[in-house]
Amino acid sequence: MDGIHDMGGMHGFGKVEPEKDEPVFHAPWEGRCLALNRAMGAIGAWTIDEGRAGIEELPPEVYLASSYYGKWALRLENMVISRGLASADEVAAGHALHPAKPFARKLTAAEVPRTLTRGSFGRPPPRPARFKTGDRVRTKNIHPATHTRLPRYARGHVGTIEAIRGCHVFPDSTAVGAGENPQWLYTVVFDARELWGDAADPTLTVSIEAFEPYLEAAER
Amino acid sequence: MTHEHDDDHEHGSELSEMQLRIRALETVLAEKGYLDPAALDAMIEAYETKIGPHIGARVVAKAWIDPAFKAALVDDATKAVQSLGVISRVGDHLIAVENTPAFHNMIVCTLCSCYPWEVLGLPPVWYKSAPYRSRAVNDPRGVLADFGVTLPVDTQIRVWDSTAETRFIVLPMRPAGTKGWSEERLAALVTRDSMIGTGLAKEPQEIA
Repeated sequence: MDGIHDMGGMHGFGKVEPEKDEPVFHAPWEGRCLALNRAMGAIGAWTIDEGRAGIEELPPEVYLASSYYGKWALRLENMVISRGLASADEVAAGHALHPAKPFARKLTAAEVPRTLTRGSFGRPPPRPARFKTGDRVRTKNIHPATHTRLPRYARGHVGTIEAIRGCHVFPDSTAVGAGENPQWLYTVVFDARELWGDAADPTLTVSIEAFEPYLEAAER
Repeated sequence: MTHEHDDDHEHGSELSEMQLRIRALETVLAEKGYLDPAALDAMIEAYETKIGPHIGARVVAKAWIDPAFKAALVDDATKAVQSLGVISRVGDHLIAVENTPAFHNMIVCTLCSCYPWEVLGLPPVWYKSAPYRSRAVNDPRGVLADFGVTLPVDTQIRVWDSTAETRFIVLPMRPAGTKGWSEERLAALVTRDSMIGTGLAKEPQEIA
């Protein structure tokens, strides 16, 4: 979706402000919030891309005004309720009031080491890759109202396939519950002037990780 | 949002409000039987004490002194980092990109906050912030200036937007004056920011 989360190239957000000796968490609730979100992902309550879509669907004014873990907290509330894992009256009361939705298992401390490793998103390819390293490609001009990983700034531009990363779970598909629909993934590199015009830094190239459905062949 | 909000709260009460909301969610989800609070404790402890940029620093230092490891790292970072036996298995799709005098790499996630957790820990707030995510892809030199870093005008810059499940770690340049240093001593020069590409490795005199 063309939401506020898609920030690449926007102006007006000011300087980057690194914090000296930044703590891992700024308050204990941030750690609990992170762990709760990870735990629900680990038991399969939602996929990583459904979770990302849950953040992107926050109203833009809420997205901009909330801290990072504040957004995670809102996403968690919204998703446990929308998926029937808990109800709004329970979240408000702070206690379970109704039977749980049956899940095969619950996340225990013994399983935590497994959750600290990222899952694998590579899948057996259903067909050969359409492009090869060095091919010129144009990103499609698409504007789906649902989750996509093709950023706005990189749509409709010509770049070069720099690497083939294998065949991966397709976020645009899993985010809407339509299955993994694996697609070839490429690193596509663009000259900054192609993306930002003649005034761009001539020493700059920008790459995205692009799924095959985002791409079409371009003429050399 | 599902809670009634009191707009009249005092400064600082966002904290206690968030604490209450998260406690309510945790209680409900634990009572429902989806998770054990001890699992949350274990996860938080891992991110606070075990997983952090010291892992990436060890990887970089090893690459600086061991050309075969460096070649393996650039070829397949997941496999190379796993061979070190770090704290937890590294997930698939880790990619190491090497800085040279002519070529500087910088990592961003413009769409959310993708970051190589297993080798760098959780991302800092600035990495997830609108200023960094918006500017990295069209003004990396301006971003570097915010970090007090200036690169030569003819250095090529590559910004890697982490738009899929591939994850990137920058292999910074080894500082001069470190010939013969041990891996452990070299690792002390490797900052988190140098592995994101918003900084350079420390000079020897900075840790003297």
